Amino acid sequence: MLSLKNLSKRFGGVVAVDRVDLDVAAGEVHALIGPNGAGKTTLIHQISGSLGCDSGEIRFLEKDITRLPAHERVRAGLARSYQITSIFRRFSVLDNLALAVQARSGSSFSFWKPVAKETALFDEARAIASQIGLSEKTESVAATLAHGEQRALEVGLALATRPKLVLLDEPMAGMGPEDSQRMIALISRIRAEVAVLLVEHDMDAVFRLADRISVMVNGRLIATGPPEKIRMNAEVRKAYLGDELAA
Amino acid sequence: MNKVLTIALPAGIAIVFPLVMHALDQQFYTSFATRILIYAMAAASLNLVLGYGGMVSFGHAAFFGAGAYIVGILAVEGVSSLWIAWPAAIVVAAAAALVIGALSLRTRGVYFIMITLAFAQMMYYVFVSMKAYGGDDGLSMPARSTGLGVSLSNDFVWYYLVLVLLMIILYLLHRLLRSRFGRVIEAIRENETRATAVGYPVYRYKLLCFVISGAIAGLAGALIANQTSYVGPALLHWVQSGTLMIMVILGGVGRFWGGPVGAVVLLALEELFSGTPLLGDYSLHWQLPVGVILLAVVLFAPQGIAGAFSQKSQ
Repeated sequence: MLSLKNLSKRFGGVVAVDRVDLDVAAGEVHALIGPNGAGKTTLIHQISGSLGCDSGEIRFLEKDITRLPAHERVRAGLARSYQITSIFRRFSVLDNLALAVQARSGSSFSFWKPVAKETALFDEARAIASQIGLSEKTESVAATLAHGEQRALEVGLALATRPKLVLLDEPMAGMGPEDSQRMIALISRIRAEVAVLLVEHDMDAVFRLADRISVMVNGRLIATGPPEKIRMNAEVRKAYLGDELAA
Repeated sequence: MNKVLTIALPAGIAIVFPLVMHALDQQFYTSFATRILIYAMAAASLNLVLGYGGMVSFGHAAFFGAGAYIVGILAVEGVSSLWIAWPAAIVVAAAAALVIGALSLRTRGVYFIMITLAFAQMMYYVFVSMKAYGGDDGLSMPARSTGLGVSLSNDFVWYYLVLVLLMIILYLLHRLLRSRFGRVIEAIRENETRATAVGYPVYRYKLLCFVISGAIAGLAGALIANQTSYVGPALLHWVQSGTLMIMVILGGVGRFWGGPVGAVVLLALEELFSGTPLLGDYSLHWQLPVGVILLAVVLFAPQGIAGAFSQKSQ
């Protein structure tokens, strides 16, 4: 479904992403792990189109999207969430989601008809709100939500574009155990409909959710494989998992 | 009820105002009120990009002035029909906004403010150097535009024509802001990164918003040229852009009535403090009391006057 070939990104003298090859298959939850500064978020930025590529190729659904603008990648079915919550803070939860639904249903170069009368948009936004567990909060202003709820909305905005593949950049960042469990449950529910590339530091979540895991260190992918193999991989243990799993 | 009142009350006052002034034999104020209505339109157009689109354009006088100059130049060249001159003013202002916007919108923040200012000042110097059309001195139009079958030199007719146009523009803006396009514009102001990430081609929306705003400013410019039958480069000067910006800030950034309220308040204060009855010889320094009031508004009503009112009514 998604295929990266020889992808690189340099910032001055620093090679943030170094000749990465990565595949995400349809129906798969593919986790990307690695220590801080390994280049995971840079890679997500490149796949979503907010950063360019110095070399290499990104193919999505058999098409070369290496030079496609970010908004067109979303339309092609490639959505993302952000590590630092990025929502429309002064809009209600419902308006947040309706805006994302609106982006893919018909032209928004429409200047006369009030949005409020487009019930289809809001019906679908409500359906997504209930999917992410916010159906009680649809009228709340996004900025007033609790952290865990904002993180859920963050993922909801990506889902509202009805993606075929969603890039989740540390969806559990800053969450307590309860919220994390909820996020794990959410990702388990959506995996039937959408492939997931998951960047996450919460190893419990990664090993519970992932079909395959790729490990990134210093901009390079050092291993890819099913969770049990990654757990046993000596190089990975040395570079990253180390003590945490040895215990 | 409250909603009806916010439209009916200002509209009612605007409709009876010239009649009252006529009865009191104070026709000067009808002409003064016309000027306010024109600035209300210009400020509303700036509020569209600044308040709703989040684009701090410091060069709005360029479109206002361009619209005015087109009407002035056409009048001097013998084209006085408003059916030709006014659409021409709108089209030229929109085209200027398209070019300036296309280049400026590649920048953000302070750079955007500075580049729009720079473009507007370039336009200013272009018109100053056009000796054929008055240069520094500007140019006088032989008369107001024609084409409606009634003479627009009658201040009553002129006032009501401007009022009708302002109401049409405000209604169009009202529709626009509630449409899909309006929601996207506000979403981009709230979070441009996220707007891109849900699939909107952000640049195109911003540019179109900028052009619509420029077109409305062009119409306001066409009206201000007719107001005094005179067009001068001061209309394009950066101080003019600043004045429009102050109106929007005073009235309420991103508030529907922000532009009109700001225009009314700023021009009324200017009139009040620059006239001799209130301050006598000190009226020369009218900017001082106006400045103090501006400071007070920014400090105590950061959402502007329209914002302060709508908060109370909630």
